[in-house]
This record gives sequence, C-alpha cells and structure tokens, in this order.
Amino acid sequence: MRTYAGHSTARESNALYRKNLEKGQTGLSIAFDLPTQTGYDPDHELARGEVGKVGVSIAHKGDMHTLLDGIPLGEMNTSMTINATAAWLLALYLTVAEENGVDRGALQGTTQNDIIKEFLSRGTYAFPPGPSLRLIADMIAFTVDEVPKWNPINICSYHLQEAGATPAQEIAYALSTAIAVLDAARERVPEETFPRVFGRISFFVNAGIRFVEEHAKLRAMGQLWEEIGRARYGVTDERFLRFRYGVQVNSLGLTEAQPENNVIRIVLEALAVTMGRDARARALQLPAWNEALGLPRPWDQQWSLRIQQILAFETDLLEYPDIFEGSVVMDGLVSEIVDAARAEMATVEEHGGAVDAVNYMKTQLVESHRARVAAIERGDLKVVGQNVFTSTEPSPLREGSDGGILTVDPAVEEQQKDAVTEWRSSRDQSAVDAALSQLSEAARDDSINIMPATLACSAAGATTGEWAGALREVFGEYRAPTGVADAAMAPDDEALSELRDRVETVSEGLGRRLKILVGKPGLDGHSNGAEQIAVRARDAGMDVVYEGIRLTPARIAQAAVQEGVHVVGLSILSGSHLELIPSVLAELRDAGVDVPVVVGGIIPEADAEKLREAGVARVYTPKDFEISRIMGDIVDLVADRNGLAAAPAAA
Amino acid sequence: MTDGAALGRRLREGDRSAAPAALNVIEDRSPAGRSAALELLAEVSTAAMKGEAPAHLIGVTGPPGAGKSCLLSALVAAWRAAGRTVAILAVDPSSKRSGGSLLGDRARIDHDPADDGVLIRSTAAGMRLGGLAPPTREAAEALAAAFDVVVVETVGVGQSETDVEQVCDTVAVIVQPGSGDTLQFLKAGIMEVPDILVVTKADLGDVALAARRDLAAALRSLGRRETPVLAVSSLPPPSGVDELVAALDAHRAALDLPAVRTRQRRLAALAEFTFESGERALRALGGRREAEKLLAAQDPALSVRDLLAVLEQQSR
Ligand code: B12
Ligand SMILES: Nc1nc2c(ncn2[C@@H]2O[C@H](COP(=O)(O)OP(=O)(O)OP(=O)(O)O)[C@@H](O)[C@H]2O)c(=O)[nH]1
Ligand SMILES: [Mg+2]
Repeated sequence: MRTYAGHSTARESNALYRKNLEKGQTGLSIAFDLPTQTGYDPDHELARGEVGKVGVSIAHKGDMHTLLDGIPLGEMNTSMTINATAAWLLALYLTVAEENGVDRGALQGTTQNDIIKEFLSRGTYAFPPGPSLRLIADMIAFTVDEVPKWNPINICSYHLQEAGATPAQEIAYALSTAIAVLDAARERVPEETFPRVFGRISFFVNAGIRFVEEHAKLRAMGQLWEEIGRARYGVTDERFLRFRYGVQVNSLGLTEAQPENNVIRIVLEALAVTMGRDARARALQLPAWNEALGLPRPWDQQWSLRIQQILAFETDLLEYPDIFEGSVVMDGLVSEIVDAARAEMATVEEHGGAVDAVNYMKTQLVESHRARVAAIERGDLKVVGQNVFTSTEPSPLREGSDGGILTVDPAVEEQQKDAVTEWRSSRDQSAVDAALSQLSEAARDDSINIMPATLACSAAGATTGEWAGALREVFGEYRAPTGVADAAMAPDDEALSELRDRVETVSEGLGRRLKILVGKPGLDGHSNGAEQIAVRARDAGMDVVYEGIRLTPARIAQAAVQEGVHVVGLSILSGSHLELIPSVLAELRDAGVDVPVVVGGIIPEADAEKLREAGVARVYTPKDFEISRIMGDIVDLVADRNGLAAAPAAA
Repeated sequence: MTDGAALGRRLREGDRSAAPAALNVIEDRSPAGRSAALELLAEVSTAAMKGEAPAHLIGVTGPPGAGKSCLLSALVAAWRAAGRTVAILAVDPSSKRSGGSLLGDRARIDHDPADDGVLIRSTAAGMRLGGLAPPTREAAEALAAAFDVVVVETVGVGQSETDVEQVCDTVAVIVQPGSGDTLQFLKAGIMEVPDILVVTKADLGDVALAARRDLAAALRSLGRRETPVLAVSSLPPPSGVDELVAALDAHRAALDLPAVRTRQRRLAALAEFTFESGERALRALGGRREAEKLLAAQDPALSVRDLLAVLEQQSR
C-alpha cells in the first residue's frame, strides 16, 4: 500500500517521503511534473504554469540527489510514473545511487515506460513511435543484466479506460502493446534471457464501477497473457507466465456533482480487483473523493488509504481461496470478454501491430468515449447525483477555505527556473557537451544501446531538457494522432438535428459556416474533453479546427487568426489555467482576434470568476456534462457577438 | 462593412497580414460578402497586378494518409530556409450529413508560430461533390498576390486533380508505397498524368523503391518518360526534399505561365458557368465548343469573374 506522491520541489517531496517512510510505508512512488515527463526544462516556453504542479520537477542529477536525500535506496522499492523520458530518469536514479555508494544490483523498482498508451491517452510522449519503442527496448536490454531487480516497463491499460475504452478494448490494446514491446526487445537480448524478460513485464490496470464485469476482465486478461507467453513466445516456466498487475481504480466516472458519492464508487471498484484470489491485484491505488475538483490533500489521500485498510483488515475478503472457482456465470463472462478481446487484438494485428495501429486505436477510443458521454447525456447510463437524484443538501466537505483541494504555490516555478539557470552555469560545460554529442551519436545508430550515453549525460550534469532536446534533434518532434478526424458521426437524434438547424441559421447569417477552434494550451495531456467537444461541434455542423495537445498560446492565437474562426474554445484540466488562459487571451488580443473565448476543464469556481473577469465568455467544468447544451451556448455567443438574431432556442 | 478593395490592395502590395481577413471575405457567401470579395479579387486580378501573379501555385494531392501534410512540413522548412514565403490551403472532406468538418491538417504541418512567412488555412470541401471548395480557387488567386508559394492540399486520386489543375501551375500527386490504386488508375487512363509523382515514406525501404519503379514503368508505357517520379521521406532525417523542390521549380520554369493561367481561367469560368447555370444555359450558347471559342476571343487578362459575366450575358 502506498500513496502516489510528489509535489512541487525535490526538497518538499523528500520531506514527504521521509515522513511516509517513518509511518512504515515500504515503497516510494514518484510523480513528476509535466515538463519533466515531456523532456523540457523549467524555463522552457511550454513549461509555463506546469513546473512542480502535478508532481516534482527534476531537471538534473542535483534535483534527484535532493529528492532522494537520506533515503536508503538499496532497501526501497521505487515506482516512477515516467514514460517518454524514462531512460533519463532511470539514469539519474542510477547516478545518484552510484554517487551514494549503492550497488545497481540492489536497486528495485519500476519505470512506467509504456509509450503506446501515452499516444493513445496520457499524452506525455516526446519522440515518434519508432524511436520511442527503441528506447524502451534499450532499457529492457540494459536493465535485465545491469539492474536485474528493476521492472523496466509496466504496461498500462488503466489510461485506456480513462480515455473511454470498453473492457475488450482495454485488454486488447494493452496486450497488443505488450506484444510490440516484447517483439522489439526480443531482437536485443540473448534467446536464453528472453523468458526472464517476459517475466519482468507487469501491468497497470483499471477497474470501473461495473465491478463484476471488471473482475471478469482481469481473469480474462490473465488467461490471455499466459496464452501469449506460451504460444507466441514459447515461455514455459510458470513463474514467468503469471499475470502480475497493479491497479488504480477508475477516475473517469468520479463526479464533480455530489462528490461524496465518489467514495462509494471507489470502494466498489476496489472490490473488483480484490474479490477473487486468482485475479487479485498486487498493488492498489485509490483516487480520492474530490478527484473531479482538483488535487487531493493529505487528508483526502488518507481517507482513500483507509478504504484499503478496512478491506484488508476488517473484512473477511482475504480469508478465502478463490470465491469464483467453478462459477458458471463468472466463467461465461470471462470467455465472452476473452473472445471480444481476441477479435480486437486481431484487428490491431491487421493494422500492423500496436505501433502502426495507434491512429486506429485512438479513433476507436474517441468513439467509445463518445458513446459513453452520449449515454450519460441521454440518461441511459445512470450516474447518481449527476443525471439522476440530483437534488442535494449542501456538502460540508467543500466548506474549507481551500475549497476542498490542494493548491500548489506558483512561486515554485520561478524558483525552479532560477535554479536551473544557476545549475547550468556552475557545471563543467565541456563535459556536458561531450556527453550530449555522444548521446546524439548513439541515437543516430540503432545498434547502440542508449543507456550508457544517457548515464554519461546524467553524470556530467546535463539537464532533462538537454537530454530530450538532443534526442528530439535526431528523432524529430511528434504530434500524436487526435483520433477525432476519423471518428464516425454520432447517430442522429432530435437534440442533434435541432442543434444543426441552429448552426445552419447562424452560419447563414455569418455568410460562412460557423468555425470553431478547439485549443489545448500548455503541456496538459487531458484530451478527452477537447476531443468530445470537437467531435460534437462537427456533428452539429460546425467547421472545427483541432490540433491536439501541447500548443503554445502563440500557436493558438496564430491558428485563430489564420483560420478565421468565430469562436475559440480552450480546454485545461491540469491546473495551469490561471497562467495559460490569460496569456492566450493576450496573444489573441495582440493578434487582433476579437471573438468569444470559452474555457472548459478542472476550474475551481473562484478561478472561473477570475477568468471571466479577464474576458472569458463562459467556463465549463465536469458538472456540465450535457454537451448539447454547451454547443447551444456557443452558437448563441457567436450569434450575439456578430449581431445576429438569436438562433431559435430549443422547442 | 468589410472593405474588400482595401484588403485586395494590401495583398497586392505584399502585406501578408491582410491574408486571413481576405480569406474570410472570400469564403463569405452572403450578398454583401460576395460583393466585397469581387472588389477584393479585382485588386489582385491579372490586370491590376499588371501581369500574372509571380507566386508558384502548387497542387499537392493524393489518397488519404499518403503523407501529404508531413511532406508539406518538410517542404515548408526547405522553402523558408530559402527565404520564400508560403501559404497552404488545406482542403478537408466535410461530413455529408452534418455539413460540419474536422480540420486536422494544420496539426500535421510543422511551422513556427512566430514566423509570419507561413500561412495555413484549412477549408472544408463543402457540399460540392468530389471537387475543390468553391472559394479555394479565389483564395489561391488572392494569396498568390502576397506569397511566393501557394499550395493547395487536397485529398483524392482520380477525379479531383482536374480541379486542382485548374488552379495550380504544378500538380504533384503523392502516393505512399504499396498503394496500387494510383498505379491502376494511371494505367487505365482514369487518372490524368500529373506533373510530378511523389512516393512518400522512402524510409520504409524496398516497398518505396518498388513503388517508384512501378510508377516510372507505367509512365514510360504511357509515353510520359519525362514526368519526374521522386521518392521522399518526410520523417527526420528527411530525404529527397531538395530534389522535389528542384523538380517543382523546374516544372514551373518550363511553363508558358501567361498561357497556362489564361487557359485555366477560361476553363474555370466555363466550369463555374455550367455549375451555376446548368447544361441548358450552355446549350443556349451553342454548346461547349462554341462557349470555348467565345472565351478564346476574350482579352487573356480577363479574370474568371469577368469571363463568367461574358458567358452569362451571351446566354441571356
Ligand atoms: C480521465 C483523466 C485522465 C486520463 C486522461 C485521458 C485523456 N486523454 O484525456 C489520464 C489517465 C491519462 C490522466 C492522466 C493524468 N491526470 Co488526470 N484525470 C482524468 C479525470 C479522471 C477525468 C477527466 C476527463 O476526461 N473527463 C471526461 C471529459 C469528457 O470531461 P472534461 O474534460 O471535464 O470536459 C467536460 C467539461 O470540463 C467541459 N470542457 C472541457 N474542455 C472543454 C473545452 C471546451 C472548448 C468547452 C466548451 C468545454 C470543455 O466540457 C466537457 C463536457 O462535459 C480527471 C478527474 C475528473 N473526474 O474530472 C483527472 C485529473 C484531471 N487528472 C489529474 C492529474 C493530476 C493527472 C496526471 C498528472 C496524473 C499523473 N501524475 O500521472 C496525469 C497527467 C496527464 C497529462 N499528460 O497531463 C488531476 C488534475 C489536477 C488539477 N487540475 O489540479 C485531475 C483533476 C485528478 C485529480 N484530482 O488529481 N488523467
Ligand atoms: N514512415 C513514414 N511515415 C510517414 C512519412 N510521412 C508521413 N508519414 C506518416 O503517414 C501518416 C499520414 O501522414 P499525413 O502527412 O497526415 O498524410 P496526409 O496525406 O496529409 O493525410 P490526409 O490529409 O489525412 O489525407 C502519418 O501517420 C505520418 O506519420 C514518411 O516519410 N515516412
Ligand atoms: Mg493531410
């Protein structure tokens, strides 16, 4: 049991780790901020508003030393949520261990390192698919002998469900990813080592509210995994064939409305992965009741930890052998899911495997998520407190002066910016230059493992941005497919056709089709909302410009000008809205764009007020789940701004 | 009220910052919008420019996913490095049912937001079947007054090139390795031979080489040996891009530009006339052949709109 932690600066996180260790926690779980995860230094333009926000900022080995100060690395099990820059963060970890006299062989832990799900859902990718996969294969080949207790990769299906995946899609895309990784690794390790490589693969899975089906999903996954091991890779050793997985339960279904209900959802979801012994999770992370409001405070996290402790120590859950053994119903459910997952894996294979199928899979996720969103909107999928039983007493939970969430001090960013400048000027520059050019050379030559050169950069004092920058130079920048362009049209219904009529009317008044820009400023990778808004706007008859995640305010303003849009919609969920939205507004003003700007995402009400004062026309949050209504607002705003008679309202 | 003429004059004077507003006006289908657009276009017409606009108008067309936009990223970098300004009109298919569209090409074309020498404008193909968005030709005309290179990116293989051909000096058809369609269309004569054929994704190796060889063989058998077939890779490190830039320039240099553009304007006027007034109106002119003769007798500098007016007047 551990809680996911890591905030703002290395020093603060270190204090938190030490406190948790004193309380008897056995593992370290490190969350990095988005610049670190995407390979930018704190002073990079794209890092604006994100430094130290959703995790700790680690720009070089000095930060890593501070983070791990006084922690017995040889005895720790360290899990790092890191992907595109995993090779780099592992190198920093190894460097610190070495400089502290700890043997590599003793180090235990996991780097998440599943890049495919970054393209499909999580968004912290840095390099194109091919080179990204190579970095993973290099790490696997390096660690299997050099850091044998390290799990170089943790295949994630968690994030797929968070992007809308059905159970079959969740299994199929994760297992297809595992296959792509293993195929790449097989070329880089000796044949006799390979079964061990297979055995080191672990998974990070989701568990949603339909907890019986979700339990079946996990049994199905275990079954398929063993099958892949035997049939595709000829692994025979039982130990290596075990499906090992950790879980974070579903967060997508946690609501802003009546947030206290989320605790009940979390408990049920935790049951899904603990009920049957044969498919029980090795590790469990639970989100907090205020998931849809903002970052959890220590107390919120404690409440979630208590859920696990009550399940483990008060209930009789752990006292039985597998309670579903011999259940006809469970077996039937499992085989249904297995069949569906197999069929979807075959489709991925037809697209050339997980790497080539990224666009296909992303489109499927957008479509599944659209179906989900539409079902909630229509009321077919019931969400208590959100679309049914919506009247409520005022919640005492949200009454604190902090609004019930954790806020991060914006001063951290300035400190980190200064610190990295300071660091750059105080190191041996020629050593850094030499190490970086060694890195570029290794990157250009596919047959050289990237890890030794990466370790050299780390030891010499290179920064996160420099390491990733050198690789970007060789591998190129990459923008993942958005999945929206190929997403099929929504089935017609009354609300949609009424909306379309309004769009037609206003378009006629405008002289050309109503055109909207949907923009995602900064490093925030939460794309679900923007995607659903973009697809719905198209279905409603608008021309939609959507460029995907990770845009600078300048690029958004430029697109707004060049594309001649009538309205700009921005989406930010990561918490950097107060830094980024005003700067987009300023860029738009400078560019002479005078159109309404609407914003959506995780925006606490106090901040929403500030944004409106700064000139934002409307602010939407997760409680505004009726996208038709949002669309209607947008049509009206445009009509109003252009002096057109208000479009006919809903009948 | 938008001053179309002022926007047109600014473009003619090379003021690229007038381009987005000019495009808004050109896309505007309302009566007021149309008249502003006509004023605008008059300011950038051949007559007003005192000759053909010097821009190189390039059509980049090919099947979905062939790699057109990525190739444009590489081309934009090459053109900008050579100091040439670039405007790209990316035409996306629209949804038939809703009329709306998702314009995603912009994301695929790398560009520096601080660089005002690059303009990317996405437009929906609109409801007109198989062809170019109606305002695309006019947009290209307007942009040609202010940019060195104007690219029209369209999806399709087979029919829609003819539309691109009416707008562009040079048409490059982009195919990816392993897509047999283009080859078949070429051989069967369904598709007109483009000015340049480009096989993308050369980094994939043998399949790309094979595709290039097959296309070259097909062109030889059609007697079009001189049509360049190039293989490019747009992913870093790009390859073949400089050669493509050179081939585009060479094609353009060999053109009798006034003759080509005059012919295009006449064809476009005729197509527009037929689309708007119908076959019957064409018959009133004595049929296509007679209409072509009528157009051929006009001043070569007349714009599409002027030519259209001639046709309309004559058919009444
Ligand atoms: C799903 C999810 C994810 C998915 C995202 C998948 C994807 N591709 O989008 C995954 C698992 C990848 C993910 C990862 C992370 N997440 Co997250 N995630 C969520 C979650 C649970 C739901 C968001 C969502 O997709 N909702 C569904 C969509 C449809 O709703 P929506 O975006 O809110 O949009 C609605 C409105 O807001 C509005 N809207 C939104 N955008 C726009 C735009 C326009 C133009 C308009 C008009 C309207 C509009 O309309 C929509 C319709 O109702 C939220 C918590 C929550 N329950 O809200 C956390 C949350 C946003 N995540 C959070 C964090 C911290 C992270 C991570 C940093 C965790 C980590 N350290 O790894 C990473 C960072 C990833 C990154 N690159 O940025 C935090 C952000 C904290 C903050 N703001 O202070 C949250 C709030 C959870 C929490 N409490 O900690 N996450
Ligand atoms: N290997 C390789 N892949 C490429 C190359 N160029 C493009 N691609 C990939 O091909 C896919 C399509 O590229 P785009 O440039 O968007 O293709 P397009 O022709 O513009 O596509 P549409 O506008 O949708 O018709 C993307 O996944 C690119 O990454 C290349 O040179 N090599
Ligand atoms: Mg394209």
